[in-house]
Amino acid sequence: MLSLIVFLPIIAGLVILAVPSSQKQIIRIVSLLAALAQGVLAVLIWRGYDPSLPGITAGPGGSPLGSFQFVEKLPWISLKLGGLGSLNIEYFLGVDGISVTMVILTALVSAIGVLSSWTIQKQVKGYFILYNLLASAMMGCFVALDFFLFYVFWELMLLPMYFLIGIWGGPNREYAAIKFFLYTLFGSVFMLLVMIGLYFSVIDPVTGNHTFSLVAMANQANYIKSAILGPDNVMWRYVAFSVLFVGFAIKVPMFPFHTWLPDAHVEAPTPISVILAGVLLKLGTYGMMRINFPLFPEVFHASLYVIGIFGAINIIYGAFCALAQQDLKKMVAYSSISHMGYVLLGLAAGNTEGMVGALYQMFNHGTITAMLFLLVGVIYDRAHTRQIDKFGGLASYMPVYAAFVTVAWFASLGLPGLSGFISEAFVFVGAFSSVTTRYIAMVSVLGIVFGAAYLLWSLQRMFLGQRKQDAAYDLVVGDDGHEHIHFHDWKGKLDLDGRELTMLVPLLVITIFLGIYPMPILGLITTSVNKLVEVLSPLAMR
Amino acid sequence: MFELPSGAEIQSIIASLRMSVGFFIPEIYLSVLFMLLIVIDLVAKGRKNNLLSITTLLGLGGTTFFIYQQHFMPAGELFFGMYVLDEFALFFKYFFVLSGMLAVIITMADRQFDREVKSMGEYYALIIAMVIGMIMMASSADMLMIFISMELVSFTAYILTGYFKRNPRSSEAALKYLVYGAVSSGLMVYGFSLIYGLTAQTNLINICSELSQHGYDPLLMILATLLILAGFGYKIGAVPFHFWAPDVYEGAPTPITAYLSVASKAAGFALLMRFFYIAIPHGGPAYEDIIGINWVSLLVLISVASMIYGNVVALWQKNVKRLLAYSSIAHAGYLLLGIIVMDAFGTQSTLFYLLSYFLMNFGAFYVVILIANKTGSENLEDYRGLGKKMPLAGAALTVFLISLVGLPPTLGFIGKLMIFSALLAKGSLYIWLALIGIMTSVISLYYYMLIPLNMYLRESPESEEKNMNPGLIANILMAALMFLTIYFGLFFQPLSDFAKYSSAMFGLRLY
Repeated sequence: MLSLIVFLPIIAGLVILAVPSSQKQIIRIVSLLAALAQGVLAVLIWRGYDPSLPGITAGPGGSPLGSFQFVEKLPWISLKLGGLGSLNIEYFLGVDGISVTMVILTALVSAIGVLSSWTIQKQVKGYFILYNLLASAMMGCFVALDFFLFYVFWELMLLPMYFLIGIWGGPNREYAAIKFFLYTLFGSVFMLLVMIGLYFSVIDPVTGNHTFSLVAMANQANYIKSAILGPDNVMWRYVAFSVLFVGFAIKVPMFPFHTWLPDAHVEAPTPISVILAGVLLKLGTYGMMRINFPLFPEVFHASLYVIGIFGAINIIYGAFCALAQQDLKKMVAYSSISHMGYVLLGLAAGNTEGMVGALYQMFNHGTITAMLFLLVGVIYDRAHTRQIDKFGGLASYMPVYAAFVTVAWFASLGLPGLSGFISEAFVFVGAFSSVTTRYIAMVSVLGIVFGAAYLLWSLQRMFLGQRKQDAAYDLVVGDDGHEHIHFHDWKGKLDLDGRELTMLVPLLVITIFLGIYPMPILGLITTSVNKLVEVLSPLAMR
Repeated sequence: MFELPSGAEIQSIIASLRMSVGFFIPEIYLSVLFMLLIVIDLVAKGRKNNLLSITTLLGLGGTTFFIYQQHFMPAGELFFGMYVLDEFALFFKYFFVLSGMLAVIITMADRQFDREVKSMGEYYALIIAMVIGMIMMASSADMLMIFISMELVSFTAYILTGYFKRNPRSSEAALKYLVYGAVSSGLMVYGFSLIYGLTAQTNLINICSELSQHGYDPLLMILATLLILAGFGYKIGAVPFHFWAPDVYEGAPTPITAYLSVASKAAGFALLMRFFYIAIPHGGPAYEDIIGINWVSLLVLISVASMIYGNVVALWQKNVKRLLAYSSIAHAGYLLLGIIVMDAFGTQSTLFYLLSYFLMNFGAFYVVILIANKTGSENLEDYRGLGKKMPLAGAALTVFLISLVGLPPTLGFIGKLMIFSALLAKGSLYIWLALIGIMTSVISLYYYMLIPLNMYLRESPESEEKNMNPGLIANILMAALMFLTIYFGLFFQPLSDFAKYSSAMFGLRLY
């Protein structure tokens, strides 16, 4: 099941390879079918998932696989190394509460991304091959339970992303693409060293060999005391934690490693922005929850304060930057940075409320930002500009669009009744109830105010009032005697068309539904998060 | 006056030689092939056909059969300790023969030869001579033999580098190569003579036992090591003995560049490993001089300098061959890391890295040749828009370059993984070396990606529809190399097991 959901897009990519590049429609449909099949599988996984099993790690005495579900475990590579026994790498997939939500999110966002890619006209074949490769790699990251496998998927994302930004991006795409590539590679090469170090420090309790299994690594009893990352080597454990954290923080992106994100977003085509904000950023925080924290719980506890402070900086700094932006997409990009700050803050709280809030925020941010970027793409398609001050009074001419924007914007700023509110509330409840992050949380609350400021302000400037002098569109009086707006060289429907609605409506429904009744997601994650908090708690440590 | 040996002694010498000859068949076979090629060239003079290249290819292919048979022979010294047959040498025999075959194949694909030279005459024979020389380098167990085989390789390499006689860049490259080569082999011989002075031995094993039994002057020893390193460092193209590399790589015919960058480097590494693992005593009292440096720290310095210099200077290159030259300097640095750890795992990972480097570097140069056939240029600027015109070549080159950076799921990633694993398996001793290696490989991403950047992200200035299809055979070969790079990146067990099997020298595990 998991193998299928991971490799379906790659299979679709291989099929596309055989299709002649002039058959654009077939290529798109093959991709869409793969994405839909992925969605069906995700629903099956969701329905078949037993939320009472915690996952995270194999407890003492329990099954060596832990209580992971849909597990697939095959020996992949077993090398004999000179003088060191053997190197064992496993093809080890499985989900628990943390990853199953991300699997659902990834399937959802990938499918919407395919729909959004329908307007891509340049080199369609190459685009969808790379897109499918990216979709597979993302899914693989979320279900891999072997560190080596995780790393392979993690790095596999970079190259397609580089080309997707670099070939189909905006005018400054070369710079944005290589910046993205260098930043993320910089983070991940250190992960490679930590991975090797961990390998030599951990023993699989069943086989007695060294192992890359994250399940085994998450249990501190499996570490060799004197090994390089064993419990005795305190200094190197701190170093390893830090470099892993930086590696993941670059992906989040956390201040001060965030500068690649606005560039990448501004240059990337809409569907890639959606994927980037919807899924890729989550990989950073997912990696922290899956790898960084459970493997080094004592360092995690020592650095709660630092993580919290960086979370607060992200929230406030991101909001301030968003406030200053003229480019709508850049504003949304900075709002992403701000919202990922809540995730960091929730993680820093270190308790169940905060962690649940963080994970739920990851899911909600995925759906809401996907919506935001799609909406930015809609207006960019029509007006060929994203400058906020080139618009004005759009609400009266594009009412449906304005309605969607309003709901999305409000969801993003955390209005009660929409999903963003619940996750942010959880984060703050968690952060306030933890002694370490209490004061940080107090400061971070300001972020909500600034968030409301930039979102409402942009809403006002674009959709209310009158058409601006130098607006990106003209006003013409139509046959019915009413004024309409006219975009230069835009021949499609003025307001949202069917394809755009197909993408936006599901996201909107999810946002509203999860805002009223969050249990479908919270029910999935709570047991696992409780277990994670238990693993991370100082009592559980030796 | 020497006394003439008695009849019985001569008899025993002859008997011993005759015994050794049985273990020397691949080399004899190759020498015959060398002469055969000269004869064929004389007979078929003037005719431009594939006779020579096909003969070379088949002949080299036949060598693998004789090498395979040597697996079943006992490992040990031949010809009075001059020569050695062991798994380590066998690994390199396969390596050089296969790279020779690839060099011939990509020579056949290279259209520059049609323009620059009238006949291929001695070209293929010289490649065979170089293969013999390299095989002998990897099998030498004596300082004299090391010197002779190294000179055999160097002389053929000088001629092949300057093979485009009317091309000034080619001749300049050959002359530079010659001058640097002469200096460094002179230094190396001086180093050898110092060691001979210390031990009165030329055989590596005897040197080791002399040194460990009688001790030595550390200052003299470090001087000798440094001088010898100059010779080996020149062959592997490591900083600070690298000055020839960019000019030679740029000026030489591209197949020769590929061949030098892979096989000649590997031969240098074979020598380096054999000399330093065998001749220098291990495990005894630390071999250190008064200022506290030993040969390992010399290698550390060379390795760090190569990684940093090669990767950083490559950033400014505008010519793809030159860019790959600097990258090969950097890769010499990575390869040295595996030698520095000085254990079985390190040797295994160095051999594995050589295999991965073989595949990806030959692949990259092959695509560069195919592109140069069509565009007539190796400049980065002329790669603009090629991704669309030559889709397979673009994809293949991207895969090879990604592999050179060391990203999964390619073979190059596994190579780096093994090397860094070997470093980290030593505990925290070499972490900082691994850090430098990792950081420089991030730098390398930038310049390697310049090529796909030009191919895919930029539009070609002229848009005329020329036939850019490199042909069926080229496409198949390219796809095969690309497939292998990825396949072995995912399922690397056979290569790694082979590398482990091959890390035995003189039939014994040294550690």
